[in-house]
Amino acid sequence: MSERPDAPDRDTLLAMFEIQSRIKLCDERFRSLLTSGQIQLIYYSPRGQECISAGWGVHLRPDDYVVTIYRGLHDHLAKGVPLRELWAEFLGRATGTCKGKGGPMHITHPASGLMVTTGIVGSGIPIANGFGIASQLDGTDQVTVVNFGDGASNIGAFHEGLNMAAVWKLPVVFVCQNNLYGEHTPMAMSTGVEFISERAAAYGMPGVTVNGNDPVATWTVMGEAIARARAGEGPTLVEARTYRFYGHLMGDAMEYMDKDERKAAMEADPVVLYREWLLANGHASEGDLAEIEEVITAAIDDAVEFAMNSPFPDAAELYTDVYAEAQQ
Amino acid sequence: MTDTIETSQAVEHPVMPFAGAINQALDIAMELDPKVYLLGEDIAEPSGGVYKVTKGLSTKYGTHRVRKTAISEAAIIGAAVGSAIAGYRPVAEIMMMDFMAVCLDQVTNHAGKIRYMSGGQTPVPMVIRTSAGAGRGFGAQHSELLEAWMIHTPGIKVAMPSTPADAKGLLLTAIFDDDPVLFIEQMMMYWDVKRYGGPVPPGDYRIPFGVADVKREGTDVTLVSYGRQVHDCLATATKLAEEGISCEVVDLRTLVPCDEEAVFRSVHKTKRAVIVHEAVQKCGFGAELSSRIHEELFSELAAPVQRVGGANTPVPYANNLESDFLPQVHDIEAAIRKTL
Repeated sequence: MSERPDAPDRDTLLAMFEIQSRIKLCDERFRSLLTSGQIQLIYYSPRGQECISAGWGVHLRPDDYVVTIYRGLHDHLAKGVPLRELWAEFLGRATGTCKGKGGPMHITHPASGLMVTTGIVGSGIPIANGFGIASQLDGTDQVTVVNFGDGASNIGAFHEGLNMAAVWKLPVVFVCQNNLYGEHTPMAMSTGVEFISERAAAYGMPGVTVNGNDPVATWTVMGEAIARARAGEGPTLVEARTYRFYGHLMGDAMEYMDKDERKAAMEADPVVLYREWLLANGHASEGDLAEIEEVITAAIDDAVEFAMNSPFPDAAELYTDVYAEAQQ
Repeated sequence: MTDTIETSQAVEHPVMPFAGAINQALDIAMELDPKVYLLGEDIAEPSGGVYKVTKGLSTKYGTHRVRKTAISEAAIIGAAVGSAIAGYRPVAEIMMMDFMAVCLDQVTNHAGKIRYMSGGQTPVPMVIRTSAGAGRGFGAQHSELLEAWMIHTPGIKVAMPSTPADAKGLLLTAIFDDDPVLFIEQMMMYWDVKRYGGPVPPGDYRIPFGVADVKREGTDVTLVSYGRQVHDCLATATKLAEEGISCEVVDLRTLVPCDEEAVFRSVHKTKRAVIVHEAVQKCGFGAELSSRIHEELFSELAAPVQRVGGANTPVPYANNLESDFLPQVHDIEAAIRKTL
């Protein structure tokens, strides 16, 4: 059996806080600039789901692979996609991760290991297996983490992908970020099981549900799944339960969401609670955490300025990158 | 004619079945590059594929490189996409082209778009080999030719060879190309050596994409085709030669990229064009090509461009109906006569 992590040390606890805060502060800045009309884009807020990405983020190496979906800002940041290029891509600028040609739904930054962001629900799952096959054939111990929502567990790609990963014992961790809604439909109206993790049994792989708003519990579960994959013991389905604070996309009237349920979830903001927990348990001082937040805020200021001042892509870019050669 | 084909005929290379040439290309590619691997349904031993196209390869290279999969087309293509981004050159087999419908999201939204969406950072060098075509009594869901779907999807290259020599050289090019390539193999040609066999040069040779091959020279009318229907065009040309009608047969070999210049050169000479493909004629590739010929050579044409394609129906089962569905020599002949 591979070595299992026991409890996060102080550096790890603060690293998780840093990632969570980076996500929270980025999201707040996006929504603020969108609301004030300073920027315009289709925006899928990850607010409320920060602890999940931070939970796997601190376990991964730069050469591990991550695949995610259109609600992916938290995953991009947790894998280390640089702020400047990320913001520039969201704003469709030539300096963005994808030269402004992919946009928020298709953030790609291989240097950070953020390999694919798909706009199609569930489609990242079979692709993640491909990264797993590559690591397996290469004989490396790289791990692939693929993120998707509860809605994705109802699409065929989930079934095909998890089955293939189990049969070939691929080093892939399937992270279902269960925010209880698939687009505008509550999970109970679309899904026949109470816990997505129950589905793992159908593929012969371990399945575990964790409170995705509990950073330490999430860290522990992610650590075990990632260690299993790294040791060649095969895939795990992790269901991390969480809540989506701002609906499907920015501007969503959220009339399909229960108001009291949402209010309670936002009052139990996992990033705020974690911050309080760190202080209460003496893991950090107010000054430590404030400094982390200040550094992030300054980096976001810099990234926003960089993005806003960056040029739009050259018109010729319309026709490049379709094929390896110039337009066919 | 390409050097390759001329050479092959000049020194009389051994005649091989179409399937054998594909097997040889896969073998050579796997031998050359450890990053080449195969995945698909039933492709490993003992069957070596339902058409035996991959026979022997899992024994030679192991089942880690010749991966027999579950019946999971989306998982197959998704795995190919991911591993291609990670530096491999997967050759995925979709047993029948009709099954492309099952994995179309992975093909079009992912294989075809990922290079573009990532601003060129993540190429997807993979091949999808698929068998296709009517004539074997498989009915409506195992017989279709759907190349137009893929031609209509920017980012995917499409090859559809007509001879074993072309199949081998084009497949080797496809595998080492840095873009996703759909490689269409008409199943009627796999093992029918008498009708579709041909000399195949030994060793590694590559036929570049976007270079058409004039399979027969002529002066009165240009027949533009690809895949198995090139043989029907050649048969029609032989027949009409008896009455002094000289047909030039241009085999496109790849549809994306398409060697339009070769078509224009030929039509410039003959002033007449008939486009022949097995796929349903309506909105088939012939429609695009006909439009391009009219755009470029309208004033030179002696007659409107004619198209010959499959009937606008699902592929029927009964032998007589299936035969009527398919473009036949008499259909090509009738279309030619309309241009004369």
